[in-house]
Amino acid sequence: MNKIGKYLLGISALIFMTNCGNNNNNSNSGAMSSSKAEKVYVAPGEHDEYYGFMSGGYSGNLTVYGLPSGRMLKEIPVFSQFPTSGYGYSEETKPMLNTSFGFVPWGDSHHPDISQTKGELDGRWIFINENNTPRIARISLETFETEEIIELPNSAGNHASSFVTENTEYIVAGTRFAVPNPQRDMPINEMKGQFKGPLSFVSIADNGRMNLEFQLNMPGFNYDLAHPGRNKSHGWFFFTSYNTEEANTLMEVNASQNDKDYIAAVNWKKVVEYVKNGGGEKVAGTYAHNVYDEKTHTAISTMKEGVISINPKDVEGAVFYIPIPKSPHGCDVDPSGKYIIGSGKLSRDLSVYSFDKMLTAIENKDFVDDAYGIPVLSYENTLAGTVAAAGLGPLHTEFDGKGNAYTTFFISSEVVKWKLGTWEILDRQKTFYSVGHLMIPGGNSRKPFGKYMVALNKITKDRYLPTGPELEHSAQLYDISGDKMELLSDFPTHGEPHYAAGIRADIIKEKSKKYYELSENEHPYAAKSESEATVTRNGNEVHISMTMIRSHFSPDNIEGVKVGDKVYLHMTNLEQDFDVPHGFSIIGANTSEILVMPGQTKTIIWEPKREGVWPFYCTDFCSALHQEMQGYIRVSGANSNTPIKFTLDDE
Amino acid sequence: MKSASIIMIIGSALLLGLFVFPLWSITLEAPQYPSGIGMNIHLDGLQGKEKHDLQNIDGLNHYIGMRKLPKADEMWEFSTFPKVIGSMAALGIIIGLIGLFKFISPKWFLGWLILMIILGILGMYDFNAWMVDYGTNLDPKAIMKMTDANGNPLSYKPPLFGTKNILNFVAHSYPHKGAYMMGFGMFLTFVAYWIGNKKVKSLKA
Repeated sequence: MNKIGKYLLGISALIFMTNCGNNNNNSNSGAMSSSKAEKVYVAPGEHDEYYGFMSGGYSGNLTVYGLPSGRMLKEIPVFSQFPTSGYGYSEETKPMLNTSFGFVPWGDSHHPDISQTKGELDGRWIFINENNTPRIARISLETFETEEIIELPNSAGNHASSFVTENTEYIVAGTRFAVPNPQRDMPINEMKGQFKGPLSFVSIADNGRMNLEFQLNMPGFNYDLAHPGRNKSHGWFFFTSYNTEEANTLMEVNASQNDKDYIAAVNWKKVVEYVKNGGGEKVAGTYAHNVYDEKTHTAISTMKEGVISINPKDVEGAVFYIPIPKSPHGCDVDPSGKYIIGSGKLSRDLSVYSFDKMLTAIENKDFVDDAYGIPVLSYENTLAGTVAAAGLGPLHTEFDGKGNAYTTFFISSEVVKWKLGTWEILDRQKTFYSVGHLMIPGGNSRKPFGKYMVALNKITKDRYLPTGPELEHSAQLYDISGDKMELLSDFPTHGEPHYAAGIRADIIKEKSKKYYELSENEHPYAAKSESEATVTRNGNEVHISMTMIRSHFSPDNIEGVKVGDKVYLHMTNLEQDFDVPHGFSIIGANTSEILVMPGQTKTIIWEPKREGVWPFYCTDFCSALHQEMQGYIRVSGANSNTPIKFTLDDE
Repeated sequence: MKSASIIMIIGSALLLGLFVFPLWSITLEAPQYPSGIGMNIHLDGLQGKEKHDLQNIDGLNHYIGMRKLPKADEMWEFSTFPKVIGSMAALGIIIGLIGLFKFISPKWFLGWLILMIILGILGMYDFNAWMVDYGTNLDPKAIMKMTDANGNPLSYKPPLFGTKNILNFVAHSYPHKGAYMMGFGMFLTFVAYWIGNKKVKSLKA
């Protein structure tokens, strides 16, 4: 080795040593990383401490994760067809995806929110909104299945949703894309003053049933996000808006011209009172209301007509605008209900408003302007403080219940922890990359659990093994129990999670259903025992009520079906044990399989096009004799006289 | 004699616990059944530990050709056992009452106990015979025909008392609350005899 070579070796050794030193100083990778691993390690067979429900975004669904492990537990189909279970394919669940536009196989799910009692998560249901065809869904946290979907008429882009008031009295839906209301044929560039941004209020009954109570027909700005007041501000709802410019093209520029847009503060209790006293007018609006019945295992879609529309000017002292800088996005209310945090997404600062100051300003009629007749409060006189130069592109804020707030910054890709009241920045942690929402279990209730925080990122890049151009999104889990946030782990998330909701597992896990009672099955075509299995013909419709049990179908030999028939295969799973689903599929069916839970009945349609003997089988490896769980249907010519015959073991 | 008679009444009355609590318990454990699956044997019939356990045991057993578990009206024992136990309890109480009001020999207490032991043994013998039949009298068309090392058909008989491996299951068969109450009651009747006997001897002395 020559002298230069020795020098180079020496230098590289030096670099190596300094690097090691840095590693030890910066991340304490040794002892610390092992304790991080322990924090997210859930031993085999053990359960996670929290459920995390992540919206699926463009998957239209809701995914369930365990926290802190980050293990995905289930994907709950909500707004999209889901061939895994047959949701949206089976005859029973197709009505769930019915809308005033007809059957829509897909949705864009955004913001899950768990039902509350007295401002605390009660774990009865989880709601989630759909942005594209405005809808709200209610999902049971006993069955983890979608039970109800309500469409919102006269609206477009239901983004400011689905946030629940603190006793689950109401859930709101917004309009992010101002539209003519009622819809009509008109030039796009005449939108100013013509388009509207209705905000819908949906009530929740004790049994969970949703009802569209009224729509507040707001000026045509883009209502983006919302949060209900809680604790002392319970009774109010706050909505951020952008595009107060009312631009209709090249929005990224033209909707970013006003220095300030608005937060709409709505005293919904006043509006409810107004409606109760006969206020508002019934206007046109067609919407689907789809309800799934756990006893018939069937959804019914009802098309409803008309909604009560309210001109916000008509309700004295109920609707106000608060100016907020730089095209706001997130709108969050702290657990005490004292502060409303608005995030101007093009700003470096956060504006925090005081609920008390807002009330005083309203009382003193301290208005600086009006927008289409709605009073605009003074920015300065409602502001509680600003979190200055906190980062770039603030989006959303959650709380830990210990007086701290955590805000995501999309552009600077970080979460910043700051103190309510002093507005002092306490800590900042990188996210990977470009965080959108964040979630602290219970973080938007009166009582956040305050142990973990999940950052839901929009960009994944190099965080995992590459999988071609398309990647899953990425989440990071942080321990927030100490003074500083500590990044614990990374895990991929399915679809595009926007918001998420989390709850302590023990609140709901014991209530989780294990199977459906067969004796309570009220499906009209259920065969509740093998002796009830039948095949009946009605014109060219053939109804087959078939049973499934380990490890056979009954009947498993069927004859008398003809080409051109419409065959309804009503499959009932006779099992009454935990985790024994049976699946069903048949060659030539132009639909998905169905996965039938114990005690449940599901139906798919098969329209045989060719003569022959066609096999069907169980798609779920149910038992040791799963492979034998199969059968045949004989299909005869359209004009044949083959009689209906159905047997099991030739009986 | 008074205290002996009271103990005799209490002891034989404890048999009545069998009308409330199960006599025997059989639990099956397997990897797929982390919380077990099983049944309680009552005087008048079988009951699943969980709502649908009997049906699920039948479901599993059909693979190896075992018959379905008997319903209450399918076995004479489930109508006869309650009569026998009821009669024995009544008899014991009557003997005790007689002892309370007028003198009878404590040998009556012992006699009751001996009769009870004989009936108990007969009951166990019958129970075991049923289990042998249930565990070995298999459907010739059974899906899985298992044999032991010598080529003989495997018996799926649960143990009368204790724990046994049956294929992928571990079967536990033990007395339940009702049986413990009966056992303690029978012990009390012996105590009644012993105390009574001592009294008689001291009177004679």
